[in-house]
Amino acid sequence: MAPGSLRVPFTGTRTGTAAARARRRRRLRVLAFLSPWLVGFALFFAYPLAATVYFSFTRYNLFTLEYIGLDNYKYLLHDGEAWTSMRNTLWLIVVLVPLKVLFGLGTAQLMTKVKRGGGLLRSVLYVPYLIPPVSATVAFVFLMNPGTGPFHTITDRLGIPLPDFFNDAPWAKPGLTLLALWAVGDVMIIMLAALLNVPQSLYEAAAIDGAGAWSRFRHITLPTISPVLAFSAVTGVIETLQYFTQPMVAGKVASGRADLPGTQYSPGYPDGSTLTLPQWLYDQGFRQFNMGYACVLALVMFAIAMVFTLFLLRQFRAFAGEEAS
Amino acid sequence: MATIISTRRLVAALTAAGLGLTAACTAGGDKTDDGPKADEKQTIQVWHGWNAPHEVKAFQDAVAGFNKEHPNITVKLVGGQTDDRITNAIRGGNPPDVVSSFTTDSVGQWCQSGAWQNLSPYITKSKLDLNQFPAAVRKYTEYKGVRCAMPLLADAYGLYYNKKLMKGEQPPKTMSELTALAKKLTVRDPDGTIKVAGFMPSAQYYEHQVQHLAPQFGVKWLTDDGKANFAGDPQFQAYLKWNKELIDWYGYKNVKKFLRSLGQEFESSNPFQKGKVAMAIDGEWRTKFIQQEASSLDYGTAPAPVSDDRASSYGGGFVTGTVIGVPRGAKHAQAGWEFVQYLTTNTEALVTFANALGNVPSTIPSLSSTKLTLPPQFRTFLDVFKNPASSTTPPTPNGNDYVVRFQKFVQEEWEPGKVGDPGAALKKLDGDVDGALKLAGG
Repeated sequence: MAPGSLRVPFTGTRTGTAAARARRRRRLRVLAFLSPWLVGFALFFAYPLAATVYFSFTRYNLFTLEYIGLDNYKYLLHDGEAWTSMRNTLWLIVVLVPLKVLFGLGTAQLMTKVKRGGGLLRSVLYVPYLIPPVSATVAFVFLMNPGTGPFHTITDRLGIPLPDFFNDAPWAKPGLTLLALWAVGDVMIIMLAALLNVPQSLYEAAAIDGAGAWSRFRHITLPTISPVLAFSAVTGVIETLQYFTQPMVAGKVASGRADLPGTQYSPGYPDGSTLTLPQWLYDQGFRQFNMGYACVLALVMFAIAMVFTLFLLRQFRAFAGEEAS
Repeated sequence: MATIISTRRLVAALTAAGLGLTAACTAGGDKTDDGPKADEKQTIQVWHGWNAPHEVKAFQDAVAGFNKEHPNITVKLVGGQTDDRITNAIRGGNPPDVVSSFTTDSVGQWCQSGAWQNLSPYITKSKLDLNQFPAAVRKYTEYKGVRCAMPLLADAYGLYYNKKLMKGEQPPKTMSELTALAKKLTVRDPDGTIKVAGFMPSAQYYEHQVQHLAPQFGVKWLTDDGKANFAGDPQFQAYLKWNKELIDWYGYKNVKKFLRSLGQEFESSNPFQKGKVAMAIDGEWRTKFIQQEASSLDYGTAPAPVSDDRASSYGGGFVTGTVIGVPRGAKHAQAGWEFVQYLTTNTEALVTFANALGNVPSTIPSLSSTKLTLPPQFRTFLDVFKNPASSTTPPTPNGNDYVVRFQKFVQEEWEPGKVGDPGAALKKLDGDVDGALKLAGG
């Protein structure tokens, strides 16, 4: 018998009823302990998700509601901007997330080797992460402005051609990637903690066995920190799916336009290259008042997040299992 | 079985509650005799978007005038409000009594959904003459016959020209004159790049967006039944042709390089203020910026040029502005209407406001007020505003998405030369716009 399970001897119907009552009481007790979480789950996850699915079948302009069946889903198939935003978001997931994890790991690895001034270096690398995203993006775009920014002024004088980040469509997403790498402090700190937790004895044993630096990293460091890598990758994917502030601000600042009456602005400058899925969702829901369609886009985001999360968890679990065997 | 039944009951109860909630959220009506009468003692709450101290003071000065006429109504002003907040307050069922928005983008949605009350019954009751507003202004404050907003100050667009760079030339009146003069006044570096642009035709240049320049060709944005009209109206192609010809004369690469070298629109480094462009289309507010940031600039203003076939309509331009209304669920709707009526039609209030903000006062009588203390170059915009040839972009329930799409088309496909057959491309654009309008129930 499993420890903790209830043993109910057969003593007739009365005892059976008592046991059933005890079981019910026990269930209620469990439910009572779980209730704060259950309420939170129902209010902040289950209900919004169910409402999102429901609204996705309606024409809902925030004031009036009309059931329209699959019309919103059909519109998605022909919505060029939605596909552009999905392509851009996937680009960022595939390029920005791995680069951010690698860069975070690299800087953390470097940090473990620094003998003097480590604290100062850690602070210097961590501080950009603390700057509010709007300020950081505005400053970054101004620094990179080809007409007035100091980066171009210096490189032009040195005769080094610098791409026109944020104004040239092919360079806009790499520009956003640079911005993300500049603010890699959060990933770096997590990686540093993980690296410092790898037992030194493993490295010493491997060194005695003649393992080189790459071998030690591949067979000791990576398997040991793989849960942290998985965490960084999964949270990175989820953050990238919510990537809104930086591309929106970068696009607006680079376009040089201001919000004025009679001036319509569409996110994604230049040429739709910085249009991400959450921006298009916001535009549909709050500028074009198609909340029903915005719900469809939210469900697409949810599906992408699920697919990537499951894929990454599977990959990391397989990697960890392979190393353990 | 009992569990199944109780689950069903629970689902039914939740559905009923949900439907009830939905009905509660979407129900509502607007009657002019709802709530306290306008002559009762009461406090109304007014939400507006202005934030800067001089703007807030101007509003307070206008309110002081209202208080003289309606001493029983205390006005509580709440500044810095946005369309999103207004929408949320109305949905929450606890909106202020008067709301105003800087843009006309949401007018279609607010009028269509009834989020802003239909003001026609109030207007009839007050015997208010709407002809004191120019036709274009009346257009951007209503949607499909539902007048849910009133105009509160306006923006008019015209041509600014740098007198020194014009070298004695007169401002152009037609597009071909503009093109010829732009070429004449342009100064290039030896490698062909633009040093001073006579006129930058690109829709990517600040206020040279499609909604400000295409109207000078007399375009009709939507058909009478509210559908996209890009392929149907040849004037769109006339605008595109003019735009591309001048861009090609500069060279698209040079245009992009020039645009990239510019800073922000509302900085002292604005290219017109810095003498980097000889002529530019801009709103009336630029006069105020020049006064503050480039007071030594010798410049003039004139109505924007029109296409050669519409020479008789010279004098008009693009017009838009701030809107104000009474939201659904306002607790003091009658007093709110009194305030809206005062603020949008009282000449003294409008002039006080216009002087402080550097905007166009939005009634025809207020345009000739002797109390207007704006720079002489401002006169052009007052004239453009009342010119019958002036036009606006009509509201739609999806935030004037058709303008955004046309702008994107011009900026991303037309100007870089990616369009082979403009007719087919505009037809496709029509399809996209109509699809989006249908989605929004337009």
